[in-house]
Amino acid sequence: MVAALVRLRLLVLRNSFKRSVGQLVAVILGGLYGLFVLGMIVLGLFALNFAPTELARTIVVLGGSLVTLGWAVLPLFFSVEQTLDGPHLSVFPIPLNKLLVGLLVSGVVAVPGAVTMLASILTAGSWLRLPGVAVIALVCGVAGALLCVMLSRAVTSAAAGLASGRRFKEAAGILIFIPLILLGPIIAGTASSLRHSANVLPSLADAMSWTPLGAIWAIPSQVALGDPLGAVFRALIGAATIAVVFVVWRWGLARSLVTPVHATSRVRASGKLGPLGLLPGTPAGAIAARCLVYWFRDPRYLRQLVIVPLMPLLLWFYTTFTHVPAIVFAAGPIVAFLLGVTLIADVSFDSTAFVLHVAKGVPGRADRWGRAFAVLVFGLPAVVVITFLMAALHSEWMPVPALLGLSFALLLGGLGVSSVTSAVVVFPAPAPGDNPFKTRAGANTALLGSTFLSWGVLAIVAAPEIVLLIVSLVTGDMLWGWLCLLVGVVLGPISLAIGVRLGGQVLDRRAPQLLMQLRKDA
Amino acid sequence: MTDVNPSVPSEGADVAPARVAPAPPTPSSMQPEVPAAAGQHRIDSPEPDPRAALSLRGLVKTFGQKRAVDGISLDVPVGSFYGLVGPNGAGKTTTLNMATGLLTPDAGVVTVHGVDVWRHPLTAKAQIGVLADGARLFDRLTGEQLVVYSGLLSGMDRPTAISRTRDLLQLLDLQDAAGTLVVDYSAGMTKKIALAGAMVHAPRLLVLDEPFESVDPVSAANIRDILGGFVSGGGTVIVSSHVMDLVQRMCDHVAVITGGRVVASGTVDEVRGGADLEDRFVELVGGRRVQEGPEWLRHS
Repeated sequence: MVAALVRLRLLVLRNSFKRSVGQLVAVILGGLYGLFVLGMIVLGLFALNFAPTELARTIVVLGGSLVTLGWAVLPLFFSVEQTLDGPHLSVFPIPLNKLLVGLLVSGVVAVPGAVTMLASILTAGSWLRLPGVAVIALVCGVAGALLCVMLSRAVTSAAAGLASGRRFKEAAGILIFIPLILLGPIIAGTASSLRHSANVLPSLADAMSWTPLGAIWAIPSQVALGDPLGAVFRALIGAATIAVVFVVWRWGLARSLVTPVHATSRVRASGKLGPLGLLPGTPAGAIAARCLVYWFRDPRYLRQLVIVPLMPLLLWFYTTFTHVPAIVFAAGPIVAFLLGVTLIADVSFDSTAFVLHVAKGVPGRADRWGRAFAVLVFGLPAVVVITFLMAALHSEWMPVPALLGLSFALLLGGLGVSSVTSAVVVFPAPAPGDNPFKTRAGANTALLGSTFLSWGVLAIVAAPEIVLLIVSLVTGDMLWGWLCLLVGVVLGPISLAIGVRLGGQVLDRRAPQLLMQLRKDA
Repeated sequence: MTDVNPSVPSEGADVAPARVAPAPPTPSSMQPEVPAAAGQHRIDSPEPDPRAALSLRGLVKTFGQKRAVDGISLDVPVGSFYGLVGPNGAGKTTTLNMATGLLTPDAGVVTVHGVDVWRHPLTAKAQIGVLADGARLFDRLTGEQLVVYSGLLSGMDRPTAISRTRDLLQLLDLQDAAGTLVVDYSAGMTKKIALAGAMVHAPRLLVLDEPFESVDPVSAANIRDILGGFVSGGGTVIVSSHVMDLVQRMCDHVAVITGGRVVASGTVDEVRGGADLEDRFVELVGGRRVQEGPEWLRHS
């Protein structure tokens, strides 16, 4: 059974090569990069043979903790490949425990898992002087790597379990992830405050060695330092961590096997049309209203919406720790940029429901206007408020006009550019009602290609405002700032109008092709 | 465009299944079609028939190596209830998608009431209501929102969209579920709300791909009544299905498609030629085998 699951995983990996040349190139590049990183790590680990035990300890414990943290947190940011997730396998009569082992092993077989496993095992290479410790390091490496894989599985399945439960369907489901996303800055903050004390890294390593993240990695060096008791304590912490993570994962998986994603029910009073009753009663207005409903009701959109309050918060964290107040001013333009380019996924998120637009013969321009307008409704006020808020935080009003100019350029220009992009390509996106933290096979290359191209075009579109912002900051002359605002207010809408017009024409021509692709991906 | 079938609501519930039974003879305005012989009459003409509700000429679609639709020509008379039957993978869905402007044909012409679908898509689509098989709906909207949305998309003003939505929800017996998200609907309710979305702009032609799949018998009977009402109100309905019994009872015309070609078309009586439609279908399509299955599947 376990072997079958692993074979399935490898088969999926092999078949993903066959999908397209782009995919193959991406996989090869990814593989080469992984090999390179692995090679450097292995070299470093062996080099530690010539370093004092204290140094080896600091590096291995901190590195191990970081990797473990990464495995826990990254799946929330970036969707991980979940070919073998619970719901897919729930129809087969596989005992839960065998399924867990199978998923664990197949997780190690995937590229990130394999790299982590090899690097962890090779921590033994740092202890060539002490063969006994090397053996312990080998065992701890395997345990640490397995913990990593289990941790990511546990986090995603717990998150998915929560996200598909009915109470978390809407905003609450996403809000709960905010503290998790902010975990990084919080830890970074703690770390940077520790930096001010002398000899901070070894003491940080010492602290980490008592936490679930670092305990396992500290065991070999503890033995090497002649502290077997400390090693035993850390082994206990590590074992407890693995046990807890395993239980959480088992719970999440068992839950996902019996909880179909669509198990929700929610009744609204009839006669309430929501935004559909407020916005203009035209095709474009209706589409804008529908998009607004989705932005605030669909977890896939909510995940993108969360960046609006989050980005200023994140940047504010970094400012307080780095003491560079300028960072915080980037919040407005960054949010504008991110909201502008989110539209790239819009048609893909519709999935085959897009058939309604095609069947009703919606003019391409109306489609484009509606989608862009929905983002403007909340995006424009959000960007303005964030920019003023950040300025007020530092009582520094000089850059505000230029920042607003750049933000308008990025938001409106981004919407314009992605209006064209999303009329040209669609890619496999998480289906409506699916786990929003899930990628679909083959999504990445198509998405990355079109995303980077759009960013490039956007950089050109927003170039005047970027230049004016820089000039205004360098010269400190308010005139340039106001000029930037003026240019943004004029050029932004123009670029949006051009994008909508062009995208509309492309959509009129390509809608059936897009629909065919969406059907294929569905 | 104007309301072609304002009478639809009154037709629905009171007339029981009896009415959907045997096809009335073809309306006199239409020239009788020749049975089963793969359209030996004016379908030969390369020009589509402008009088037909839907006219296909030489439709071809190839996916990779597979020729899904291999030169289909078909005329659907105005006011007919037309069944499109065929085995799985015969090209029914592909044909209907091309006929409704959802899939670009490799070759061929489609006209709806004389309007070329691929040359004037917007004019043509205003006359077609589509129920696409297997496609999602914007199911984060409530049923009511979805129908109003469909109405607004086809360009009507909001008061019209809202009042028609109310009528349709009542007709389809969905008033109680008007405020429920479509994602929480049952399969039958979902089909019904999709049907409402397809009908809201008062199309002259309804193209329904597998409207009865995963619908319980009661909902199916209700939908059948509504469609019957639509036809007697002057509209034209095309349904694809592989449930012969349904087609035989409901439709007055039928075309049998297999391997991307029309093997028979005409009124139901003509096509079945006195036999049961299902037997005739199996005879036309072939592929029937008598087998008992492998030894290990037999438990007694």
